[in-house]
Amino acid sequence: MSQATLRVQKISGHAGSVPGEDTQRQDLVCKLVDTTTCIGCKACEVACVEWNDMPFSQTTFDNTYQTMPDTRWNYWNLILFNEHEREDGSLQWLMRKHQCMHCAEPGCLEACPADGAIVQYSNGVVDFQQANCIGCGYCITGCPFNIPKFNSVTKRMYKCSLCTDRVSEGLEPACIKSCPTGCLHFGTKDDMKDLADKRAKQLREHFGFANAGVYDPPGVGGTGVIYVLHDATQPELYGGLPSNPSIPLTVKLWKNPLKWIGNLAMVGGLIGLFVHFLRYGPKGREEEDIARPEGGQS
Amino acid sequence: MTPTGDPKPSAPVPLERLALHHHVLRYNFHERLTHWVAAGSYIYLLATGLAFWSPWLMWISVVLGGGQVSRALHPWAGLVFTGSVVYMYSMWSKQMGFEPVDKQWWKSLRFYITNQDEKMPPAGRYNAGQKMLFWSFFWGGLVLFLTGLVLWFPEYLPWSLRWLRYVSVLLHPIAALVTIAVFMIHIYMGVFAERGAFGSVIRGDVSMAFAKRYHPGWYEEIVGSTQPRK
Repeated sequence: MSQATLRVQKISGHAGSVPGEDTQRQDLVCKLVDTTTCIGCKACEVACVEWNDMPFSQTTFDNTYQTMPDTRWNYWNLILFNEHEREDGSLQWLMRKHQCMHCAEPGCLEACPADGAIVQYSNGVVDFQQANCIGCGYCITGCPFNIPKFNSVTKRMYKCSLCTDRVSEGLEPACIKSCPTGCLHFGTKDDMKDLADKRAKQLREHFGFANAGVYDPPGVGGTGVIYVLHDATQPELYGGLPSNPSIPLTVKLWKNPLKWIGNLAMVGGLIGLFVHFLRYGPKGREEEDIARPEGGQS
Repeated sequence: MTPTGDPKPSAPVPLERLALHHHVLRYNFHERLTHWVAAGSYIYLLATGLAFWSPWLMWISVVLGGGQVSRALHPWAGLVFTGSVVYMYSMWSKQMGFEPVDKQWWKSLRFYITNQDEKMPPAGRYNAGQKMLFWSFFWGGLVLFLTGLVLWFPEYLPWSLRWLRYVSVLLHPIAALVTIAVFMIHIYMGVFAERGAFGSVIRGDVSMAFAKRYHPGWYEEIVGSTQPRK
């Protein structure tokens, strides 16, 4: 991946401070996915596989307009399809472009124990560095969106890089470039939020989608991929988009209180045992038992 | 007495005390081998586990062949350790049952800590602390094994069962910390605090004096039933 113009602001499994942190100011980048204008053509899926030079992946047919059940290590971008029956009996085909959300507070990076296997650049992109990945799969546990995928041959994890190699050179991601309907947009987070809000307002006021809104979940600090939804009160309808995603509680507990309690206990235990030895020394000598009378004090 | 505590060579030594020079088998070959299979696998698991536990300790996995190698071998070492714990259970679980004397032993713990062993209630082959070590490793090992299976193959677990990953990722280190606590005490007792304990798990025997001092109940059994062996 090209990192020529990008500084890192977060590093997984890293002891000490992040080199170069806060030395570069970058606008946060963001993909905007307008689910209301997606026609499910899969051009973005093909563009992703093409640009990232992925080996062919077998598709499956399940009587829907979905290419396969889930993303794969070599298929980072998938249009999830749901036929939704509304209360008035009318049907809705919900299409959602599913890929890494590039969370501001990434659960994968938080859970990862390998130094530098996951980084977050100063433009907000979360990227896997396979050279440093140890293949433990903790990122799977940390991710609230079910994104990181394991390659059982290379024993490393993979996911959408937000086309870091393109973005760092001033290009838009491959998926954005391929979209024929204009439902995909790319720019700064501020611009995309603004555009998304305008589109949601338009949907509410002129298209009768009273619950239309923008999906930018605060539980993970906001995301680098935001959605415009017909019904923002029911994101689960869109291929199980979690309504309030956050880093799993147990991952947080493990990384925050448990790690410090454990470290203190282990170091304290070692010091305690050493001091005990200095104070009391080893238990009585065997010879004393032999030399002293029965029941004698040692 | 000489400064080392040995009886003067010229002094007549009562036969009963001479018997304390005799040795008695404490751990047979099966017990010793199982102990060292468990010890070897546990130390590897501890070293690589600590590497994954903290970025400040990741260098341990570098020493042991790199993060990828440690990730690949840690689960296999876990299987070896689990196997040895199961075998230990088959050997020792009956001897590790709690008895009334164990309650008294815990009440007298301060005498044990301050090396006043003569004030301790008479422990059998295993004292209450050793029983706690055994059961901590047994239950801790069980939790580590079950959660470890989940963490071995997280990619095969469907999204609907993700709670298993969430539980495992927290329980695995908690169980590990429990075993680390008793492991540190075990090493301290076996290597530093109790003379003769470390040799007993290598050569298998302890002196009668050792048996009498630390395991009076067991000593009575030996003296009462059979002659000192070896």
